[in-house]
Amino acid sequence: METFLELFDLLFFRNAVLAALLASVSCGIIGTYIVSRRMVFISGGITHASFGGIGIGYFFGFSPIVGALFFGVLSALGIEYMSKKTEVREDSVIAILWSLGMATGIIFVFLTPGYSANLMSYLFGNILTVSQLNLRLLLVLSLLVIVVFLLFFKTILFVAFDENFARAIRLPVDAVNYLLITLVALTIVLNIRVAGIILVLSLLTIPQTIANLFTHNFKTMIFLSILTGMIGSFAGLLLSWFLDIPSGAAIIFFLVLIYLLARVVLQIRISLKIKRQINPHYEK
Amino acid sequence: MEKLVELQQVTAGYADEVVLRNINLTVHAQDFIGVIGPNGGGKTTLVNVILGIIKPMSGNIIFHPDSSDRRRRFIGYLPQVSHTDKKFPISVRDVALSGLATSQRFMNHYSAGDNERVQQVLAQMGIEQLAGKNVGELSGGQLQRVFLCRAIIAQPRLLILDEPNTFVDNKFENDLYLILRELNKEMAILMVSHDVGTITYYVKSIACVNKTLHYHDSNIISQEQLASYNCPIQIITHGDVPHTVLRTHQQ
Repeated sequence: METFLELFDLLFFRNAVLAALLASVSCGIIGTYIVSRRMVFISGGITHASFGGIGIGYFFGFSPIVGALFFGVLSALGIEYMSKKTEVREDSVIAILWSLGMATGIIFVFLTPGYSANLMSYLFGNILTVSQLNLRLLLVLSLLVIVVFLLFFKTILFVAFDENFARAIRLPVDAVNYLLITLVALTIVLNIRVAGIILVLSLLTIPQTIANLFTHNFKTMIFLSILTGMIGSFAGLLLSWFLDIPSGAAIIFFLVLIYLLARVVLQIRISLKIKRQINPHYEK
Repeated sequence: MEKLVELQQVTAGYADEVVLRNINLTVHAQDFIGVIGPNGGGKTTLVNVILGIIKPMSGNIIFHPDSSDRRRRFIGYLPQVSHTDKKFPISVRDVALSGLATSQRFMNHYSAGDNERVQQVLAQMGIEQLAGKNVGELSGGQLQRVFLCRAIIAQPRLLILDEPNTFVDNKFENDLYLILRELNKEMAILMVSHDVGTITYYVKSIACVNKTLHYHDSNIISQEQLASYNCPIQIITHGDVPHTVLRTHQQ
């Protein structure tokens, strides 16, 4: 117990806990939007496209996160624009930007002299090495996402549910779409440090899938996702610390464990309900 | 009679494909127009042009909004049900409420009065007990009722329905026509349907859309008229419609 409490005396551990909590907030809200609108593939594209920025950041010696932010947001806006305004298939656009970003990243990382020790933490995530800059950006992002959803919740909900109808009644559909896809890109990139490019998508989908087992209400889904995200990432962080394994993988392991538990609980509840219906005196 | 919308020589389509050519149509305040025609003939394009979702390539659309009652929406719209994601986490109450949204009120201020209006319109459609349900839990007919609530909650002057009778049971279809007949006392209705046989009972006039538009100021169409419209459609009669017609494309 003492060692557990002593952990919180360490600055980088406190930072990691803070990062986990902030990640759960931004991923909980934005992930619910992604899952509800079935934008998981788009999000995968944005995630991988941002690797191009990481590579360029390495090569030119500026913060890879800044490079990733540029690449992520630009590819997000590109996907949104190309799929709406041009005749190109949306999924093909995503695949092209997905691989173009990865290719750019690989080339620049390859050209950068010396061994990039930190590269692994971008691919697989390392919440324990999250920088002060990244932490501040995560804080700003979480606040931004909260404010946007507080102000425009109904409009976002209506546009997400039925874009066609929203257009017909002259809601600012394009503005909502561009704003939200930008927030999606920012959320993905700033959470790369937590779970890594390869795993970050699960922070935006597993908590929502768990929440969706218990609720079909957008707002409740957001709160439940944040809660499961917090439990999963905190538990994963501890696991990663004590077993000395990558944090991203540990967090996802925990989230899937919660999902399986939730399923079992639900299954038991359903079979009890059925038994009670067949035999009303079951409990006596 | 008071004019609501006038389409003058409108040509419209998508990208480089012209779907509708030189369409003329005037919708009046008490109209109940059935829009019929083959798939790909431009029925939905016509709806999208009137809704302003697509801009005409040439020609004019003139709207005559009524300045006397600004609280009424000009157009109410019921899209094809197949376009909606039934797994989306949204309640019946919120779907109906979305009919009150406008570009001026994109921030979240919906009042107690708005919520009352939602209850009122759900009751009008006989689905007030579904208010808290998720759209995924509804049957096809129930979902259409919810969408109808959303379309009429702002008391539009013109109600546009795109295939309201697909994926619904016969009982709902009958209810729907009775509801529409009642609504028609307060608003004009423009209804797109592939099921010609049934709609001809209820509409006051028919617009046959197949690249061009032929307006017929009555709800009875004969085989000869259909032939002259070059309108390849199938009529399954229920007794009152003069003929069963099956025409092939002549273009």
